[in-house]
Amino acid sequence: MNDSIVSLVDKYHLIAAFAVIGLTMYVAYWLSRHLTAGRLHGSAIAIFIGLVLAYIGGVSTGGSKGLSDVTLFSGLGLMGGGMLRDLAIIATAYGVRFQEIKKAGLRGLIALFLGVLVSFVAGAAVAVGFGYTDPVDITTIAAGAVTYIVGPVTGATLGASSEVIALSIAAGLVKSILTMIATPMTAKLIGLDNPRSAMIFGGLIGTTSGVAAGLAATDARLVPYGAMTATFYTGLGILLAPTVLFLAVRAVF
Amino acid sequence: MVIYGVALLAGCMLAGLIIGDVLGQLLGIDANLGGVGIAMLLLIFVTGYLKDRGRLPETTESGINFWNAMYIPIVVAMAASQNVAAAFSGGMVAILAGVLSVVLGLALVPVLTGKKTDDASPLEPTPTAPSGH
Repeated sequence: MNDSIVSLVDKYHLIAAFAVIGLTMYVAYWLSRHLTAGRLHGSAIAIFIGLVLAYIGGVSTGGSKGLSDVTLFSGLGLMGGGMLRDLAIIATAYGVRFQEIKKAGLRGLIALFLGVLVSFVAGAAVAVGFGYTDPVDITTIAAGAVTYIVGPVTGATLGASSEVIALSIAAGLVKSILTMIATPMTAKLIGLDNPRSAMIFGGLIGTTSGVAAGLAATDARLVPYGAMTATFYTGLGILLAPTVLFLAVRAVF
Repeated sequence: MVIYGVALLAGCMLAGLIIGDVLGQLLGIDANLGGVGIAMLLLIFVTGYLKDRGRLPETTESGINFWNAMYIPIVVAMAASQNVAAAFSGGMVAILAGVLSVVLGLALVPVLTGKKTDDASPLEPTPTAPSGH
């Protein structure tokens, strides 16, 4: 009986994921209304619950995909994977006025370059502080602080060791997860309440999943603006980190 | 028909991703350069064009709006499939590098946004946000 239910849920994994996420949203919005009187956004609570579940799933299975490594919840990987996520991000652009994007375009572009550079320098400084002296290691860890995709791609290009590459992925994951949590908490402080600052935020932070979830937890209407710039960030990082930025690191060390 | 809206969205996504891929290849990097962002711009232009000519009926719109409204649930599913355990097991180097880059990034947002002007004014508060709150 139990086995047949498990195999049924496993077979219809995406449908099961819709039900699980629907329930999570319900609980999160209930908590938001009744425990925080609406002060903490329901979506922020839902994302936080998701991260806690991902931690539990990761620790209990030893896998790399959070709760979706648990057989019963494997559909979460498809529902929250890159394909549907990107489709939904693009759908948020529906109804956005191009004027808003054009007005903040130049600042968004500056934010992109500055964002990659600042994250890279922050990562490099920490790596040097912890005693790394090899330019390849420093560059790989620094690239991980850009995003968890730029790190391993840069490391593979430069021939970094697998431990250093794992470290760079971890740095990028910390950045992404912290962005999801810290964005709604600091939004007021940094003026993240309008299309212009959302585009700048997307360019400065860049890690797509972090920006996507962070803005969703702050104000869903800001998502298209932040996502617009953030989507160029990883590509720019992969372009700059193993080339210009690596040469700069090698010139210093 | 609803599928027209979904197909329009899918078409914009594929076209954007192809352009992003070509851009990446032109620059010699093994990555898609802004494909999603290009797809967003395509969707804005194409739907704007169709709307101006009255060729975007409500049923077509609802095919796009459904995925728009699914955004937050999808992001929650994404959060639940993150490798949170690995992020915490990376040690102090990984944690400090990640934290520092977020703190500096957030701190620079008001610096680059500059003074509040009309184009940087807050969105008017709405009791119900469009994405299904």
